[in-house]
Amino acid sequence: MSDASEGTGGLTFDKSKRSWPNELNVFGALILIIVIFEILGAIFMQQSLLFDTRDRFDSIFNEARLRIIIIQVAIIGILALGVTQVIITAGIDLSSGSVVGATAMIAMSFAQVAEVNGAMNPKAIFGPSFLDLPVVIPVIVGLAVGTLAGFINGLLVAYARIPPFIATLGMMLFARGVAQWWSLGNPVSFPTEGYAKIGAGMMPVIIFLSLAVLFHFIMNYTVYGKHTYAIGSNEAAARMSGINVPRHLMLVYMIAGGLAGLAAVILTSKNLTAQSGMGLSYELEAIAMAVIGGVSLFGGRGSIIGTVIGALIIGVITSGFTFLRLGAFYQEMVLGMIIVGAVALDQWQQQRAAARA
Amino acid sequence: MSDIILETKGLTKHYGGVHALEDADFQLQRGEHVAIMGDNGAGKSTFVRQITGVEQRTRGEVIFDGQPVSFAGPLDAREAGIETVFQTLALADDLNVPDNLFLGREKTKFDWLGPFRLLDYKAMREDTMAGLVKTGVKIPNIKNTIANMSGGQRQCVAIARTATFASKLTIMDEPTAALGVQETAQVENIIRTLKSQGESLILVSHNMRQVFDLVDRIIVFRRGRIVANLNKEDTDGNDVVSYITGAKTGAEYEGAA
Repeated sequence: MSDASEGTGGLTFDKSKRSWPNELNVFGALILIIVIFEILGAIFMQQSLLFDTRDRFDSIFNEARLRIIIIQVAIIGILALGVTQVIITAGIDLSSGSVVGATAMIAMSFAQVAEVNGAMNPKAIFGPSFLDLPVVIPVIVGLAVGTLAGFINGLLVAYARIPPFIATLGMMLFARGVAQWWSLGNPVSFPTEGYAKIGAGMMPVIIFLSLAVLFHFIMNYTVYGKHTYAIGSNEAAARMSGINVPRHLMLVYMIAGGLAGLAAVILTSKNLTAQSGMGLSYELEAIAMAVIGGVSLFGGRGSIIGTVIGALIIGVITSGFTFLRLGAFYQEMVLGMIIVGAVALDQWQQQRAAARA
Repeated sequence: MSDIILETKGLTKHYGGVHALEDADFQLQRGEHVAIMGDNGAGKSTFVRQITGVEQRTRGEVIFDGQPVSFAGPLDAREAGIETVFQTLALADDLNVPDNLFLGREKTKFDWLGPFRLLDYKAMREDTMAGLVKTGVKIPNIKNTIANMSGGQRQCVAIARTATFASKLTIMDEPTAALGVQETAQVENIIRTLKSQGESLILVSHNMRQVFDLVDRIIVFRRGRIVANLNKEDTDGNDVVSYITGAKTGAEYEGAA
């Protein structure tokens, strides 16, 4: 096809219609935000946010801060990987934070040690036969509970045809109720040593980034990924093409639920305790990461890479405000503006693209 | 192999008391291009919908490729070898050309991975290129998403499915209704290419010039009935118009309408 640039009927290759990967825009935004913080830091703090400006010359970056930036978004980032897939199908998942809460309580109950300081574990939920269990059991319980929540979300959305916003809003309230009912509001504490290792140190980051790579691959190179985009892009066309749309949606919501369950396991392991309020408003931060990362709430567009960069943007902003010693309220105001700005920019680009076509 | 690819006998569709289609007897030869014409509400689209399984017929028979068929839905029809290009295009805007052509019937590797089986992008791209060459469809960059394409290009992508999957019959419902002059010319070129390759086609169209340019035979519908079956050589535009408006009725259809 050497003449591929020549179309019949006057259609020619228009370079301006070539699509520019959206992730580059999001990455540009990340760089811009870093530059702004570096300038503000140089002016007001006489310090750099990310670079090591102290007398030691053995490192370029301020590694401690880089670590904090990524570790504080890793767990919600895991939720965001699932939420991204749900949003790409033109759905939404408001339940992920509460599912973290419920799963945290339930999974932790299977991870408790028998003895604390020579006495019976004062926080034990179950009898002795459920204490000192191998670490794999609470992990499986956590994944199973999260996946079950996703399964119910999927049933409601795909088969009962309840709008995703309402279905997952219901699950959000229900799961939070379960979290509070489970131990009647008491924290569940004292996990086994093995369990405590899951979320220790940089483990959340390693798990988050590994899953991001895995799901990036799945979304781009498998039938699952293609159908997820197709459903969000044009559900009627997907159905006409023979895709079993309800079954696929079930799978997407179950994966999102399973990821919430995993996030709960990591979170409780990191904190060595589970409380019924865990994961509060995580769902909104996860959605924010996806939206900042260029995932369109209308479905069909967005990527795992975008969401990871979106998570980093939130991490940099959070760390940046602490670094500038500004109150957390400023940070939330700025985050709010960035989310709306990201969607407005996306809308504007969409309209421009539509006008060109 | 019979020479008749599609035959309907007494095909009828009633919507409650409305007789949208009444006793349609129709035959299509293999490799033949036939136009269906008629005024709005004459039953053209209803006729197409009964064949492709979008709706279920009230009575009558559809015989496709020698077999009596009753498609539960358009998907069944497509699997049997009938590709339909609808007025509203069934394309996913955010996917590119090969993704759309192969949507729901992807070429894959490692099928034991179930829903996570890998897409064979290379094979799909090659088949897409082959299909585009076969139809003469020229798309500047098949990796472009549909959203970045003009209406004509989108229509071409929809039509290219036909060639890619070696269907037995293509049905186009007013494929150029929403297109500009140049885009219409492009789609018409593709239809000529399909003809030279022996693809059978039913073309629903209002455009008299287009019909006389492209098809062998013209079927005229009026008030739910077939009122004329005209060879292109034996008729002209005025003649067809008089059948459409009811000034004339084909000899063999006397008393039909």
